[in-house]
Amino acid sequence: MSSLPDLVCPAGSLPALKAAVDNGADTVYLGFKNDTNARNFAGLNFDAKTMAEGIRYAHGKGREVLMAINTFPQAGRVDHWRHAVDNAVDLGVDAIILADVGLLDYARNKHPQQRLHLSVQGSATSYEAINFCQREFDIRRAVLPRVLTLAQVENVIRNTTVEIEVFGFGSLCVMNEGRCWLSSYACGESPNTVGACSPAKYVKWDKQPGAMETRLNGILIDRFADDEPAGYPTLCKGRFDVQGETYYALEEPTSLNVLEILPEIIRIGVRAIKIEGRQRSPAYVTQVTRTLRAALDSLRDGAGRYQVKPGWQAELAKVSEGSQATLGAYNRPWR
Amino acid sequence: MSAFQIPKFRLPAFVATIGSRLPQWPHSLHMAAALNLVLKLKLLPEDTLTALEDKLFRVHVRDTGGIAHYTYRDGLFRPVFQPAREPDLAFAANLSAYLQLLTRQEDPDTLFFNRELEITGDTELGLIVKNMLDAIEFSQLRPRLPGLPLAGH
Ligand code: SF4
Repeated sequence: MSSLPDLVCPAGSLPALKAAVDNGADTVYLGFKNDTNARNFAGLNFDAKTMAEGIRYAHGKGREVLMAINTFPQAGRVDHWRHAVDNAVDLGVDAIILADVGLLDYARNKHPQQRLHLSVQGSATSYEAINFCQREFDIRRAVLPRVLTLAQVENVIRNTTVEIEVFGFGSLCVMNEGRCWLSSYACGESPNTVGACSPAKYVKWDKQPGAMETRLNGILIDRFADDEPAGYPTLCKGRFDVQGETYYALEEPTSLNVLEILPEIIRIGVRAIKIEGRQRSPAYVTQVTRTLRAALDSLRDGAGRYQVKPGWQAELAKVSEGSQATLGAYNRPWR
Repeated sequence: MSAFQIPKFRLPAFVATIGSRLPQWPHSLHMAAALNLVLKLKLLPEDTLTALEDKLFRVHVRDTGGIAHYTYRDGLFRPVFQPAREPDLAFAANLSAYLQLLTRQEDPDTLFFNRELEITGDTELGLIVKNMLDAIEFSQLRPRLPGLPLAGH
């Protein structure tokens, strides 16, 4: 049995960071209050004071802190992203999560000692891509996009010495992480450019008798009856009329949940398991961290008697988008 | 986490009927006072507060029939007794959902996905308010509010 992977938990605020640490995160990841990270939502993330305090809190309890600088520098403002990198180094974070090769190059040359991770937004799905980033930028870890089957993840791990991190729980981004422009199609802004998918200023929740309509920049993307669960207002999770049938044509509003295959994930040598959701509240971080911690701890002595407890599933189902969970691509028959 | 958990409940319908006939100002006052205390302790980020200036908020407690309006102006939250316009942002939920939110027992997105919390109006403003409430460090507030049932973390 290999040792347990690190549990990497999201923090969009200081209370969320403390909730993650207090409930068993090995590592927390966070971002600045600007468009250098892909959760650039109004009022979210850390300013200088809360950032310093958060890092102190996590380090004080022996946990690691990762800084996400995972959007792509925009023309004319490259310095803004470089400053973010310098700033993260000054703050003493344990690693910086980067997506852009130009920025990886900058960080590696300017700060040769700094540990660097390749972001999921970097969209590296093959060991060739990952090994390239290791050779050129000495990345220590890569976060795999949620598009690979478990067998494909295993194949990547067998062919690289870079640590591999995978997603264990959270909302799904459709199959092109780092390459999706659906949001830009609707409103001219996307995660890669402004750090947010379907920014709130374009979203309208319209209450109608018996239903609620969601519009993104005027485009109707879904209509929920009063008793139907809702999802995030992103294009990929809208219901569309395709050849006379209205359904979730791109993706269902569900959350990824790997509890069922946790022993497999450990067996193939995954180094870290990431929980999505920096945009969520401290209550979510508490519930999900606590649950995955318990599941991982139960595997400490081997997978022999591993059983997914109904209580864990209930806790995770409750906080899931659309109140449903899926194994996503991990067990998809097609590739 | 404290052992005390707020269950999901819904008050009987007659409560709303009575509640909606009562004067609405007491809870408006309570809410404004609580928010001003949080303000005084400097637990709310300055940059976020400027986004709230002059906005009109409505909080509707469905199963008590209570409706409170308030606004933020010149550095203070103030109750609004006779709103002259539609609110910029409106929340509607049962009492238990509000209590679960306030005690950080449930996540607003969870309640929203499950349709237990309705948020209408300016979505970005809604996000700002949600993130502002999430960022409050209750541990700094709790000693000042001994009577509030804030679940410990
Ligand atoms: S539209 Fe969907 S797939 Fe595309 S970035 Fe947004 S959440 Fe991800």
